[in-house]
Amino acid sequence: MTEVLEDYSLIAVYAAMAIYTLAFIAYTVDLAKRSAPAAAVGGAGAANAANARAVGGRATALLERLATDAPPAEGAPPAASAAQRTATALVVIGWVLQVTADVLRGLAAGRVPWANLYEFTLTATAIAMGVYLIFGLFQPIRFLGAYITGIVLVLLGLATVNFYVPVTPLPPPLQSYWLVIHVFVASLGTGIFAIGAGLSIAQLLQARRESRGTGLGFLATLPGSTSLENLAYRVILVGFVFWTFTLIAGAIWADHAWGRYWGWDTKEVWTFIIWVVFAGYIHARATRGWRGSRSAVLAIIGFGAVIFNFTIVNLFFKGLHSYSGL
Amino acid sequence: MLGWLRFFWRQLTSMRTALVLLLLLALAAVPGSLVPQRSADPNGVVLYRSEHPDAFRVLDFFQVFDTYTSAWFSAIYLLLFVSLIGCVLPRAKHHIEQLRSRPPRTPSRLTRMAGYRETSTTTDAASALDAAARVLRRAGYRVERFGPAPAGAGAGAGGSVSAERGYLRETGNLVFHLALIGVLVAVAIGGAYGFTGQRLVVVGSKFVNTRGDYDSLSAGRLVNADSLTPYRLTLDRFDVTYETANQHAIGQATDYTAHLTTTIDGTESKRTVKVNEPLDIGGTAVYLLGNGYAPVITVRDPQGQVVYSQAVPFLPTDTDLTSTGVVKIPDGLADQVGFEGLFYPTVGTSGVGGARTSTFPALDDPLLSLNVYTGDLGLDDGIPRSVYQLDVSKMTEVAGRGTDVPGIELGLGETADLPNGLGTISLDSVKRYVSLDIHHDPAQLWVGGFAVLVVLGLLTGLFIPRRRVWIAATETDDGTRLEYAGLARGEDPGLDAAIADVAKRHAAALRPTA
Repeated sequence: MTEVLEDYSLIAVYAAMAIYTLAFIAYTVDLAKRSAPAAAVGGAGAANAANARAVGGRATALLERLATDAPPAEGAPPAASAAQRTATALVVIGWVLQVTADVLRGLAAGRVPWANLYEFTLTATAIAMGVYLIFGLFQPIRFLGAYITGIVLVLLGLATVNFYVPVTPLPPPLQSYWLVIHVFVASLGTGIFAIGAGLSIAQLLQARRESRGTGLGFLATLPGSTSLENLAYRVILVGFVFWTFTLIAGAIWADHAWGRYWGWDTKEVWTFIIWVVFAGYIHARATRGWRGSRSAVLAIIGFGAVIFNFTIVNLFFKGLHSYSGL
Repeated sequence: MLGWLRFFWRQLTSMRTALVLLLLLALAAVPGSLVPQRSADPNGVVLYRSEHPDAFRVLDFFQVFDTYTSAWFSAIYLLLFVSLIGCVLPRAKHHIEQLRSRPPRTPSRLTRMAGYRETSTTTDAASALDAAARVLRRAGYRVERFGPAPAGAGAGAGGSVSAERGYLRETGNLVFHLALIGVLVAVAIGGAYGFTGQRLVVVGSKFVNTRGDYDSLSAGRLVNADSLTPYRLTLDRFDVTYETANQHAIGQATDYTAHLTTTIDGTESKRTVKVNEPLDIGGTAVYLLGNGYAPVITVRDPQGQVVYSQAVPFLPTDTDLTSTGVVKIPDGLADQVGFEGLFYPTVGTSGVGGARTSTFPALDDPLLSLNVYTGDLGLDDGIPRSVYQLDVSKMTEVAGRGTDVPGIELGLGETADLPNGLGTISLDSVKRYVSLDIHHDPAQLWVGGFAVLVVLGLLTGLFIPRRRVWIAATETDDGTRLEYAGLARGEDPGLDAAIADVAKRHAAALRPTA
């Protein structure tokens, strides 16, 4: 039974990847199409950007716009293109498949599906995708579609090819309800930071375009850099709260399993580094000279550290968190 | 001089410095994850030293092997905390004043403020403001009324309501930062008054919580380790379950349970310790961190007199518990004798190379193989030696890999002759042992409590909006003009919507009387 479910789970993962690939292509087409008309009305884009810099209220203006066109857009030109709507629909299908894969994996193992690196990658990317889909209902972030499907595809590729391990029982150190809480919240934080970093990257590109007047064409259809910054900040705040909780829950679990709440294990060190970098990001917002692009760089470094912690530290660093199963 | 100090203090407590220190802290934590740390992985440090002697010398000079207690790392976080205190205390004082104060006077030109909107009503200014104050109070604002001038003052008369909410935001912010200081202080106190000890206990033997009975004990500076609560633990049984069904995980442990008899204050009770379930006893927590096999080895002289009989803990080297151990016989035989042993709980050969190895961690087909050395064990010169290592520099191998004489191999219950007619050795039985970590940390609950405050402070400090809202009413020739505006104090994406909401509620409150 276990092996049957396990196989179905893997098939569902492959199916989800195939559909995400289509979604990625459609999102890229969308960005390319955005570039074309945007070049024609370059002046308008710059004016928008100037507006955005003048008032921080553009995010809400866009929010209202998106709220009205959440059902198929009625002809508003820069709103969701057919390609983008198709892509998002594909992501929804792919996501349902991925969640199915994750649930099947959990059923096959008879426990939560995040006890080794393969399962963790599967779950964390599903959560990142879920955050993207749900958050996109409330905020105009669909332009991040190509970015997020791209990252998820690469990670799922790594997971299926390099991280895959068959279902095995839980080793005694993982037999704790903290596995459910600590790892789940860590995945949630990771997914949210991924969105935040995407927004920060867009912000950097946008800021460069605004100051130089040139840049990738589709940027003209995106919110101004200030709006992007505000949005990124709000997303990352939520991620930071989850990360803080991850850190504390991890310490409590470490105290139960290893007899100390903090021991500078490599994974603990990197979790701490990430926490400090994002704490820095939040303070940067309140520091003259650090708002804007500099803080965006911090957010991107922070997410880079998250990915590093999740891949390199898991695979190559020696430590107590050696549960990759590889 | 004082000027300089003040300048320095101001620099240190500025947000910019705090930010740089934060980033430095993140950066400084990196090297400790790249090279092994003495605290977490002492063997790794020894290995690093032998593999990269030159790099080791440089890195060791910079305390990289003790990164998190190093002078530079400590300097960064201590400066950061000083900066933090220097920032938080004045803010706390300011906040307490704010908490006592009333909302400030309404700005004269509201049109310049955020979320400005205006409507008009037929209600007179005074009642409109009464309603405004009620609406704002109900929405959790602290409200201050200004004006209007006495009735009948004519057109142009009016007043305003100034309101502020979200004081909890700054409270949360301060709680968060103060709680971080609390965590640091509690950790420091825990380190000074706590201790950590290790003890290996073979099934059937006992441990008494006194300084001398620990294999190793590291105690904080302010601990009197001679006055530990003297409880006793006896290891009755150690149960391990190994996976046998799942083909991908044969031999993986799925459960470890140590059954103990505890005696404290003369009361005996049966308790268990599992990996995620430490035992609380006598102000300490007892953790199950490792386990292995201890072959019971008996050595007899040629006359058959027992000169040595002990359960010797062997240290596991792989997941199937191929283990290594050492037996030292300083007295009783014609020569000092040392044994280097490998123990295989289920002997077999490895797939690659056909070398002998254990193929399953349970005791299915045990084999003990020993190399024998004679000569000077080096125990008489007063230098402490590890019981897990045999110093063979002054010994000669008389049986085993490096000699013509094959090493000794013993199955369960078997006896073999020692070379050179030294006597006999037998493997009587094999016992399990567990390694226990015993901790005492008096500040742990404090650390936990402050950590909870950190989270609560973070949530309130980040997500409760602090904002001012003003409602002004001015009587004009054709009714009363109402103006609404606000001011975000800190990040507040919802300000516009909040002002719109206040205006709507106000309108609703005015309607019945209108």
